[in-house]
Amino acid sequence: MTPRRTSYYEATARARIAALVDDASFAEFCGPAERRTSPHLAALGAPVSFDDGIAVGAARLGGRPVLIAAQEGRFNGGAVGEVHGAKLRGLLDRARAERPAAVLLLVDSGGVRLHEANAGLIAISEVMRALLAARAAGVPVIALVGGSCGAFGGMGIVTRLCSAVLMSEEGRLSLSGPEVIETVKGVEEFDSRDRALVWRVTGGKLRRALGEADRLVEDDVAAFRAAALDWLAAWPGAPAPDAELAALRGAHAALAERATHFADTRDGAEVWRARGFAEPARVPMLAAAEFERALAEAGAHGSAT
Amino acid sequence: MSDDLNQSADAPALFDALFGAGRHRIAVEGSFVCGSAETDAGPVHVIGTWDRAAVDVTLALRVAGAVLDAMAADAEAARPIVFIASTSGQALSRHDELLGVNGYFAHIARCVDLARRRGHRTLALIHGEAVSGGFLAFGLLADRAIALPGAQVRVMDLRAMARVTKLPLEDLQALALSSPVFAPGADNYWRMGAVHDIWPEAGWPALLAEALAADDGHAADERAALGAERGGRKLAAAVAAQVLREARA
Repeated sequence: MTPRRTSYYEATARARIAALVDDASFAEFCGPAERRTSPHLAALGAPVSFDDGIAVGAARLGGRPVLIAAQEGRFNGGAVGEVHGAKLRGLLDRARAERPAAVLLLVDSGGVRLHEANAGLIAISEVMRALLAARAAGVPVIALVGGSCGAFGGMGIVTRLCSAVLMSEEGRLSLSGPEVIETVKGVEEFDSRDRALVWRVTGGKLRRALGEADRLVEDDVAAFRAAALDWLAAWPGAPAPDAELAALRGAHAALAERATHFADTRDGAEVWRARGFAEPARVPMLAAAEFERALAEAGAHGSAT
Repeated sequence: MSDDLNQSADAPALFDALFGAGRHRIAVEGSFVCGSAETDAGPVHVIGTWDRAAVDVTLALRVAGAVLDAMAADAEAARPIVFIASTSGQALSRHDELLGVNGYFAHIARCVDLARRRGHRTLALIHGEAVSGGFLAFGLLADRAIALPGAQVRVMDLRAMARVTKLPLEDLQALALSSPVFAPGADNYWRMGAVHDIWPEAGWPALLAEALAADDGHAADERAALGAERGGRKLAAAVAAQVLREARA
């Protein structure tokens, strides 16, 4: 009997955690009973949430200890405020101290929470520093992107600081949201209501083809789990300190090459052609595994992570 | 003086005021700043953005490349890096989004972080304005951020915020008077611990030497504690510490 598929896109943050890690292994820090809510939302008369839109804790993945955080896209679009950001920063500080096998970061966020914009922006910079410190201590941080809010704004930057990015086709990863670009630059620059275009510019297949994501997986929590286990098993370990500068130079060259190679590109369809997909028009129809095969046939692109 | 410096693109005057005339060799090419200078605390690299730059993929690569070059040049003794942050935020374009401009910003952050770990003291001087993503990429990643007089720091102005949050502008304006968490302003970022100092109109070379000689923010990120101490951010440090130390259930 095939187990029932759990859509990652549709699941709540806590349902994603429960289905992702080993059975009943999740122990939450700063949990619901604490009611750590945002005083800034309350001051504006806006709804608050018992966990400020993020669950953080410890769990096991394939028997190994991990730390895990999941943003709740259903609360304020998973946006980062003071408390939300501090929980994530604290978890990454803990990773540096405890050295778990990995940190899993289930990103589902539009970025800074505007109701407390300054606190959110600063919190994201603290998360960035804490994440890089955890990686420098040898702890891999894996981003999972497949929720309805994607990974935008500062959380788009945080995602790309991770050791690996696992994405579903439905996941979106970028910086400014299409609505913001349309509002400021006009609908001819970016039509945010053209969902197929938004997907071709920010979606999982494009990110995977550009080397921004390490694996493309189906919209299924079990597929994310399998990809995380698989990536961890193959992970060679953090680079030695004296190899880090050379590694960053390599990433720099890959990013520069991408900017040159796709200098005039404004639509993912152009990327499919330029990347040598045999049938560019069929790319949106490919299942994750077929897409990975087609990508390998077209010639793997260097990862910039 | 500061008004002129902050509102014009008069780079030589700013660098004279910071380092002293004849003590800097800094090129400003479009929106990109790169060079070196002498200070009373020794020689420094100077890297950054200019004239309220909208940071795009090209500019991000130049900034990151300059940080990589600074690290490579200083294999023996890591000189400090003084960042000039003058940015109106990230460039808004479909092309940049398609390329993954967030990944280019992350790349700058990784370069700044590695520079810190290799012993480079990093300071960010906010000139003109520092906004949102353009500020996150390197200004907020430095050991210490300092606002020059008249500098503005923000995520988004209150009118745009009212549109996006669908909250009445008057409510936001009223709360801005009592709460530093969302109103634009370098003073609010000071109260929250993210801006270490707001410099006065004069005496910058001595202040710069002092900031370079300090070692705060280098081994650990102390900004949340500073925000609690200054009363602008009361929860961040306590919540992070709880998650760090809480016993497993």
